[in-house]
Amino acid sequence: MRAMIVKEFRELVRDRRTLAMLVVMPLLLLIIFGYAANFYVSSVRSAAVGPQAEQVVSQAPAMFDFTVVEPSEGQADAEQLLQDGKVDVAFVTGRQPVLALVDGSNLFAAQSIVGALNKAGNSVTTQVLYNPDLKTSWVMIPAIIGLILTFVGTLITSIGLVREREQGTMEQLAVMPIRPTAVILGKIAPYFLVAAVDMTIVTLLGVWLFGVPFNGNVLAFALGAALFLFVVLGVGVFISTVSETAGQAIQLAFLLLLPQILLSGMIFPLEAMAAGVRWIGYLLPLTYFTMISRGVMLRGAGIESLWYAYLILAVMAVVVFTGATLRFRRDLAPGARSGHGRRGGKEPEPATVTAPATGGAA
Amino acid sequence: MTFGVRSARVRYGDRTAVDDVSVELDAGSVTAVVGGDGAGKTTLLRALVREVALDGGTVTAPDKDRLGYLPASSGSWAGLTVAQNIDFVGGVFGLAGEALAARRAELLAAAGLTAAVDRPASQLSGGMRRKLGFCMAMVHEPALLVLDEPSTGIDPVSRIDLWRLISETAARGAAVVMSTTYLDEAERAARLLVLDRGRALVQGSYDEVRAGFVGTITRDRAAVRPHWSWRRGRERREYWPDADQPAGQAVVEPDLEDIVVALSLAARNREGAAT
Repeated sequence: MRAMIVKEFRELVRDRRTLAMLVVMPLLLLIIFGYAANFYVSSVRSAAVGPQAEQVVSQAPAMFDFTVVEPSEGQADAEQLLQDGKVDVAFVTGRQPVLALVDGSNLFAAQSIVGALNKAGNSVTTQVLYNPDLKTSWVMIPAIIGLILTFVGTLITSIGLVREREQGTMEQLAVMPIRPTAVILGKIAPYFLVAAVDMTIVTLLGVWLFGVPFNGNVLAFALGAALFLFVVLGVGVFISTVSETAGQAIQLAFLLLLPQILLSGMIFPLEAMAAGVRWIGYLLPLTYFTMISRGVMLRGAGIESLWYAYLILAVMAVVVFTGATLRFRRDLAPGARSGHGRRGGKEPEPATVTAPATGGAA
Repeated sequence: MTFGVRSARVRYGDRTAVDDVSVELDAGSVTAVVGGDGAGKTTLLRALVREVALDGGTVTAPDKDRLGYLPASSGSWAGLTVAQNIDFVGGVFGLAGEALAARRAELLAAAGLTAAVDRPASQLSGGMRRKLGFCMAMVHEPALLVLDEPSTGIDPVSRIDLWRLISETAARGAAVVMSTTYLDEAERAARLLVLDRGRALVQGSYDEVRAGFVGTITRDRAAVRPHWSWRRGRERREYWPDADQPAGQAVVEPDLEDIVVALSLAARNREGAAT
C-alpha cells in the first residue's frame, strides 16, 4: 500500500493542473462564498422625481443611494429609468402617498426595497414592475439561458476540439489541403447551431412553463445571445488549445464555469458582493448576458439602454475569439510542433522548402 | 519526380531529433525508414509533410493536394463509419458523387474492408483501422504517400494485406515512404534509410546496404566484448568492425537486423569513445 501511496503522490505532483485545482478550488470557494454569497442588498440605486423629490431624498433611509434626483420629471421618466436599468427604485412624488416603482427584474434588490418600504407605512405605495410577484423563476430563467450557452459553448466545444488531438486526427487535418480557418469554422459551426437551438428551446419553455414574460425585442435578445455565444465558443476553443485530453478540458472548463455561476449576478446579486470580488463579476461574460437577457425579457429594454453590455460582449467576443482561433490555427499550421515556432507565410510551392540559414524557423 | 529531404535538421529544444539527413524518394518505389525508438523516423516523416519546420536543410514535397499521410495514430475518426471517414477525406480533396463512391468501393475492396463499410472506426480491429487509415491517405491518389509505422501493432495477415496495398500504390507511380521497426518488412522496400539518434547510418537498396557493410559479425554463447554484442535468440551476436575477430568464432552472414544493430552499436561506441 505504501508503494501505491507514493506512486499516487508522484503522479499528483506531476499533474500540476489537478494539483492547482486542489489548492485553488477550496480557496476560490472560500472567497466566493465568504464575500459573494449574500442575498441581502444593503444599498440600492434610487431615483426621486416630482416636486418633493428633494424631500424624499432627505427622509429616505440610508440604503437608498439616490443617483437621480429630478424634481421636474414625472412617472413616465421614472419608469424609463427603471426600464433602462439605471436605478432599482424610483420614487414618484407630487401625489399622496408617494409612489415607489421597484424593478422586479433585480430580484434581491427588489426584495430588500419592498422590505424597507413596508416599514414606511402608508406614506409610500409600492409597485413592483416587470416581476410583480417577485418570482425567482422569472429572474433565473433568463440567466439560465446564458448558463446553457456557456455549457455548450465552453465545455462541449472544448471537448469536441480536444478529441481531435486525443485521436491524433489533428495532425491529419494539418496536412490536408483545408485552410485552418475552414477547420475552425467547420468545427464550431455545429456547436453554435446546437447552442442556438438549446437557447430557443429553453427560452420557449421558460415562457410557456414558467410564464416568464418576453417583453422586449427578439432580435435584440438574439444579438446579445450571438455575441455571448462567440465569447463562450472562443473560451471553448482556447481551452482546447491548452488541453491535451478531454479530462483536462473538462477540468479547465469547470474552473471557468464556477465563477460565472457564482459571480455573474445570476444567483447572488452583484450589488450585495464585497467590492473585492465584485470586480471579478464584471470581467465575466455571463454577467453581461444576464443583464441583456433579464433586461430584454423582463423589462422590455432595448439595445439603446443596454448598449454597454452589448459593447463589452462585442469587445470580449473579438478579443477572446480571435486570440483563441489564432492559437488553434497555430496548432494546425505547418511546423507548429517544432520547438522553434512555425514557418510563417503562405503554403510552400510544390518544389522546395528551405530552412533559414541561422536555424530556428521564422 | 523525386521528392525528399536534403541535409535536414530538426531540433526540439536542446535535443536534435533529425541531424543532417538526406534521402531521395523516387516515384514508383517504396522507401523504408528504419530505426529504433527515438531514432527520428516520425520527425523526418513529419518534416516531409511539412508538419514540422526544419532548422536546417530543405524539403522537396508536392502540394498538400498531392500528398497522402498516415500518422502514427489511428489516422481515422473513431465516431465516423468506415464510409464516412473516406467520404470526409475524399470531400476535402475535392472528390464527390459517383467518383467518390467508385473510389471508396475500389479502396475498400482492395483493403478487404467492404463488409465493414458501415461500421464505426472505433469498432474496427487495430489492423482494420490501419488499413482504413491507409485508404484515407490514398483516396486522392497522391504523388507522395507518407506512412508512419503503418504495420506497428497489427497481426501478420493484416501486415501482408498492407504490404500488398503499399506495393500496388508504388506500382501505380506514387513515391511511398514508410517508417517501420520491422526489419523483415523493410527488406522488401526498394530503398532503405537506417536512422539512429537522428542520424542516417546507411541508406540504399537492401543489396547495396549488405554489400557496403564493413566488418564481421560472429555468434557465440557469450560475448568477448559485451558493448559490441547483442542477444539474438539463444545466442549472442558480436560485431567486429575491422574484421579482427578471434579465431574459432563462427561468422554469420548478416541480415538487415544484424546490420542495423551493428551499425547502431558502432555509432554509439564511437560517440562514447569521443566523449
